[in-house]
Amino acid sequence: MIGALLRGREAGLVVMILLVVAVVGGLAPRFLDWETLRIVALAVPLVLIGAMGQMMVLVARHVDLSQGSILAFSSIVAGMMFRDLPELPVVAGVAVAILLGAALGLVNGLLVVLFRLPSIIVTLGTLSLYRGLVFLVSDARQVDPQFIPRGLISMSQTSPVLGIPWIVIVAAAVALATWAFLGHSRLGRQIYALGSNPVAAPLRGINVVRVTLLVFTLSGALAGVAGILYASRFGYVNPGITGLGFEFAVIAAVVVGGVSINGGSGTVLGTVLGVLLLGTVSVALPILGVSAFWQDVFNGAVIILALLVDRGLREGGARALRRAGA
Amino acid sequence: MLRRSLLAGLAAGALVAGAAVAQGDPVQIVYIPKNTGNPYFDSLVAGFEDACASLGCEFTQAAPATAEATSQIPFITAQIQRGVDVIAVSPNSPDALNQVLDRARAAGILVLMVNGDIVGSEAYRDAAILPVDFTRTGPGQVELLGSMIDYQGQIAILSATTDAPDQNTWIAAMVNALETDPKYANMELVATVYGDDEPQKSTTEAEALLQTYPDLRGIISPTTVGVAAAAQVLQSAGRADEVILTGLGTPNQMRPFIKDGTVEAFQLWSPYNQGWLAAHFAVGVRNGTIENVVGGTFEVPNLGTVTIGENNVINTQAELTTFTAENIDDYDF
Amino acid sequence: MSVAERPDGPAGPRREAARARPGWQVALVRPEAMTLLLLVGAFVVASWLSPFFADATFILSSATFYTEFAIVALVLTLLIIAGEIDLSPAAGMALAACVFGAVAQAGLPIGLAIAAALLAGALMGLLNGVLVLVFGLPSIIVTIGTLTLFRGLAQVLAGDRSIGGFPGWFIGIDWRLWLGIPAPVVIFVVAAALLAAFLGLTVTGRQIHQIGTSPEAARHAGIRVRRIKMGLFVAMGVTAALAGLLAASRLASVRYDLATGGELTMVLMVMLGGTSIFGGRGSILGTFLAAWLLVIIATGMTVANVPVTSQLIVMGLLLIVSIIATNVIYARSQR
Repeated sequence: MIGALLRGREAGLVVMILLVVAVVGGLAPRFLDWETLRIVALAVPLVLIGAMGQMMVLVARHVDLSQGSILAFSSIVAGMMFRDLPELPVVAGVAVAILLGAALGLVNGLLVVLFRLPSIIVTLGTLSLYRGLVFLVSDARQVDPQFIPRGLISMSQTSPVLGIPWIVIVAAAVALATWAFLGHSRLGRQIYALGSNPVAAPLRGINVVRVTLLVFTLSGALAGVAGILYASRFGYVNPGITGLGFEFAVIAAVVVGGVSINGGSGTVLGTVLGVLLLGTVSVALPILGVSAFWQDVFNGAVIILALLVDRGLREGGARALRRAGA
Repeated sequence: MLRRSLLAGLAAGALVAGAAVAQGDPVQIVYIPKNTGNPYFDSLVAGFEDACASLGCEFTQAAPATAEATSQIPFITAQIQRGVDVIAVSPNSPDALNQVLDRARAAGILVLMVNGDIVGSEAYRDAAILPVDFTRTGPGQVELLGSMIDYQGQIAILSATTDAPDQNTWIAAMVNALETDPKYANMELVATVYGDDEPQKSTTEAEALLQTYPDLRGIISPTTVGVAAAAQVLQSAGRADEVILTGLGTPNQMRPFIKDGTVEAFQLWSPYNQGWLAAHFAVGVRNGTIENVVGGTFEVPNLGTVTIGENNVINTQAELTTFTAENIDDYDF
Repeated sequence: MSVAERPDGPAGPRREAARARPGWQVALVRPEAMTLLLLVGAFVVASWLSPFFADATFILSSATFYTEFAIVALVLTLLIIAGEIDLSPAAGMALAACVFGAVAQAGLPIGLAIAAALLAGALMGLLNGVLVLVFGLPSIIVTIGTLTLFRGLAQVLAGDRSIGGFPGWFIGIDWRLWLGIPAPVVIFVVAAALLAAFLGLTVTGRQIHQIGTSPEAARHAGIRVRRIKMGLFVAMGVTAALAGLLAASRLASVRYDLATGGELTMVLMVMLGGTSIFGGRGSILGTFLAAWLLVIIATGMTVANVPVTSQLIVMGLLLIVSIIATNVIYARSQR
């Protein structure tokens, strides 16, 4: 019964994706091409990785608005390392980016836990604070494309198998790992428990401090991964532009994917579908030739529509449960 | 008689002393770029700084964090309060600044637009220093692309935001050149898309162009973020030979693409020279050695004779600079 | 401490009632007091940073850049106290302003254009209200969707052009001085006074607090929760439209990109004022003081030529520190 309910929610997303593809494909047959799949696949890895981190934070009944700034900080420091210490292997830069992301995420977590602050405000503050640090550490200078290692950039271009670029494989691996962690590990289950009932959590043997710190650290670390992949995808890092607005794209996708803003529920599959839906729309609109003026209207409408569909399904599922006498 | 000549002497002395004091007070110039962290403006600022080092003017810059339409208003207001002599701005909006510029000029401050003009609101500024004749930019880009695609085929434009004034000026001139000049009769503009100067959006729009127009022969992207994104897309897709890309970009941003052949040539101008010229002009006007009249001319070291054009627009150089594999290493900005 | 024990009697240990706290202590432990403290501190620092700062005319005139957001933030405070949130007003400002511009440009009388803008605002608020209250969607995400939608509609209306040419009496409201103070600032102060009175003195005002503390309990107590919340959403929309008109007057033109980034500023003003994001607690006074705090900090740093890098860091730290202090104060006041 529960399984059917959950499948209902994800099914709704799949339906919407298929609907978009069908409508756009009907209006612009060129859309139904393997090339389109590749474009969509390349448009989503960064948001997908960020979404995995944000999802864990949201399930724990928190929010992380600083992901974009963390992404930028990790990215620019790694970029500066590539530029000023060119003998260092690419892996070192990657490791530094992830560690820095984790550290900044940990700071978010500590502020939330130590001072019992609402995460929305803490991360609103760190959004600004970390962005300032990005400018500070980079002296407001961008890292030019010639300093980004070729190997890193080729991750967005070359592929080991079936023409799927490395960057997509990394994103898929992250999604898979998140699914395994959240759904099938004790800690993962504790995150859900914490989010659905924070008051009762300690009574159930959950170390609230540890779990909270964990989700924020992971969110930050994944933002760090996204930061490195940003350099790969776009070939340069700019302190003002990189990661700007990232957290909003991520949150929109995660919530469209069915993760509740009140914590305690949401699936990795749903989140992935949410990312794919918004990614498909973002690719479809230019291919349709939708004028730039109308694109925002569509984006807003899609978000609202997805929420209504999700709500409709949940109501329908709840009603089905009641009828079944659950 | 003695008293009269004494008075005259005193008056003359006072005048000279006064003028000497006026000349002695360094001209205070502030420059407000579009936003922080943009390497292009760093170059412009260097031009200002070097000029002020040699002229003795005091130079500061103040930049907002983001390039929103109204982000510069508080900065201009603050500079008026600080009592500077010259405010130079690279405007984020063609008209949002009008009211605050009025206040600046009412306070006796010289208002200059640098690198871009407030089209339609020229009455609100004293002069504009542009990098190049903006009416030549559009046709210059069309000509460059045309020369690389044998003047035939479908082309598209990847621009920044829909309401960016310089972009719209150049695009209008491009469209005009394509429609009226018989040389471009076989070139067809199939689409103009907007990347909002965001890397992700520019990339998606560029990819959509390739997808929607399989016969696309060329792309013009007259914005640094756009041309970099499009180059990245062509390089990833391996289609740089089929689709020729050109646009406006900085040498440092485009260097890898020139080196590996993804882009054959692109254009820009010298932001440094703009800053240099702007500083000289500003100091000259404040000191009275340059008169800000249409048709007037003045000398600038290293740049020669400069003419003040219609609408008090001063062009730093006549034509665009074209960057190719041969000359790209001569530049560092 | 405040409990004294007398010798045991037959009923067990007897305790005196806790001594009432002195009035000044009660006043001090409110978060608004901390905001006021920060305000004074910021003023002192700003004056020290730059000799150009401490000039009433300059500060008041700089305040007009923020009064539009501040007025919206006042109404947003009410909505947040009631347990909802609205991130769409900045985009709403742009849309209403573009409606105004479009109608004015079509040659219709300005009065009609103003009315159209206010109507658009009411409709925007209605849309948000319906999505949240009728369809039961979470307000934070709905309003992220509607903010994108409104911004897009503003683009469709105005395209890439700016619309201007408004009559002389309409533009330049920030130039108009009433009692030596720029008109927008006066409007802000008056609005704050009215809304504070509404919140603190009327029944509906008290009900808003109750709704935010516990919607269920409020419903059981017979409070028309949905009606009040819907009213607040519509009020938000109309206020956003009003703010859009003020901006149109100040800038003498409208574009679709009016007020971009305003969402965060508005939320910042409300949060810095000590209003709880979870609802139930908050005050107009807090938002009022916080708006001034932001004006002082932003203006002070800009006139001292402090680079934006530092401004971002200061803003971020400020938010975190102020929220820590607010929480500590609330925790203390519970003891």
